[in-house]
Amino acid sequence: MAKAKTAKKKRRNINNMAYLFVAPFVIVFLVFSVYPVLRTLHISFTEYKGYGAMKFLGFTNYLRVFQDKFFWKALLHTLNIWIVNIVLQLGLAFLLTIIFSDMKYRMKGLGIFRALFYLPNIIAVTSVAFLFQTLLDWRFGTFNQILMKAHLISEPINWLGQTSSAPYVISVIQSWIWFGNSFIMLMAGVQGINRDYFEAAAIDGAGRWKIFGKITLPLLRPILLYVGITSLIGGLQMFDLPFLMCGGTKGDPLGSTQTVTMYMYKFGFETRQMGYASAIAYVLFLMILTVSIIQFKVMNRGEE
Amino acid sequence: MAFKIKKTLLYIFLIALAVTCLLPFLLMIVNATRSGREIMTSFTLIPGHSLKENWEAVFGYFNLFLGFWNSLKVAVPATVLMAYFSALTAYALAVYKFKGKNIIFYTIVVFMMIPGQLGLIGFYNLVVKLGLLDTYVPLIIPAIASTGTVFFLRQYILSVLPMSLLEAARIDGAKELHIFHRIVFPIMAPGVATMAIGGFIGNWNSYLLPLILIHKPEKLTLPVMVSSLRSSQDIATNQGAIYLALAISIVPIMIVFCFCSKYIISSISTGSVKE
Repeated sequence: MAKAKTAKKKRRNINNMAYLFVAPFVIVFLVFSVYPVLRTLHISFTEYKGYGAMKFLGFTNYLRVFQDKFFWKALLHTLNIWIVNIVLQLGLAFLLTIIFSDMKYRMKGLGIFRALFYLPNIIAVTSVAFLFQTLLDWRFGTFNQILMKAHLISEPINWLGQTSSAPYVISVIQSWIWFGNSFIMLMAGVQGINRDYFEAAAIDGAGRWKIFGKITLPLLRPILLYVGITSLIGGLQMFDLPFLMCGGTKGDPLGSTQTVTMYMYKFGFETRQMGYASAIAYVLFLMILTVSIIQFKVMNRGEE
Repeated sequence: MAFKIKKTLLYIFLIALAVTCLLPFLLMIVNATRSGREIMTSFTLIPGHSLKENWEAVFGYFNLFLGFWNSLKVAVPATVLMAYFSALTAYALAVYKFKGKNIIFYTIVVFMMIPGQLGLIGFYNLVVKLGLLDTYVPLIIPAIASTGTVFFLRQYILSVLPMSLLEAARIDGAKELHIFHRIVFPIMAPGVATMAIGGFIGNWNSYLLPLILIHKPEKLTLPVMVSSLRSSQDIATNQGAIYLALAISIVPIMIVFCFCSKYIISSISTGSVKE
């Protein structure tokens, strides 16, 4: 009896060690993650220059966001860039998954190709942006030189200077950065599927496309959804690439590449309207939250 | 026969795609050795003779190695802190029973879904108040609380760590922290390494936070320094120098990738299957 009691006490002491172990995390988390998020919420209800006095405004900033046509334009531009990006990125990743999972062709070199396709993802976006800006330079860029030499175009194209191409240049580069990542995820999903399914279907005489449509695609659906929605969440926050390649927060040409986060950055760190910038951040967050909830619902339905 | 042709065509497609991934970097390295005039008038994959001039132009404008050193001073401590404290927190959450454990875990899950930019203005405001602008503290210390890493490592411990091992060590009289350092951490090492590599690359490439927080020229990290190239008129006219500066900034991360690509790819694979 007494022994059991001391053993229990000892166990409690052991478990108390956990507080010591999580303490650094909790403290830093409260100070640098939780506080900033709540502080931003507070600022969003005020007029604040980043220094001096804060003036409480209530919901004024939020009403302003909803009436601000430039905010909605920025949202449209963001979605415009994202849609072309995700179609290219997932399409390519899908094609590669089909090629590498084909039972008949049995393609080799998955390891090396996977690494090469992933390479663009690890390079700093600042470097990628500057590199493409230089390669795509209207008059002196190497890219136009190659196209002209191959007689695909007769005059240099001002890729980043016209609204008909600039947003899509961003989409293509964004896809170039991310398709390897999507491919790795989809491929991991295919490799997780029990091979017996494929073999049984093949024995039953199902063709390649039938196997793909009836087995691979339905089983990949959760991963596909995951990739698509995380990409939408990331896409809604797009900043670095257009900011660096298209003239800072202006989103040249004519604001066609100005994303929501660039618009927020403009108010937060250029014109010093921190209250308004914070409200934009929260409106964007509410949109992302909605998307996340839909994702959660759809994925759970898939599992039942 | 048709089968073989089709298979060859597929390989050609794959190789073409791989070339698309490599070509921009290849052109960058080649152009880094050519003069601005050569680059403007023609393209080639044969290196030129202007490496030295380009080098002088870049380093005449700023000291890239200083940016390098600054980036290291941020990325290395941030990665080490992230790896150690995430492992410790994840271990506590996975193994012990204590009050508040569930609250901590669910808060982590919720914060993983909150976009990083949501707290950006509040974060800046906090850093200003604490007088930490132009220091590396706000770039390093927050790494202690990396929610995604803690979440991943918690799952990882639950799948690799046999609890009977802990009981055995306790019976032998080992102290809890000692158990963590000597027994648990080595078992977790592959998972921690995977997260650390990803964390290092993320820290090394980070742009938005250093852009907002660091303004003194001698403290700029590499990405911010590279992006400031554009504002220099004398260097913007010399594309060779731009390419060289980019090459210098990219090559180290490529070397890391050559050695660690397996870890990186396996972390993406497991992440996607478990979600």
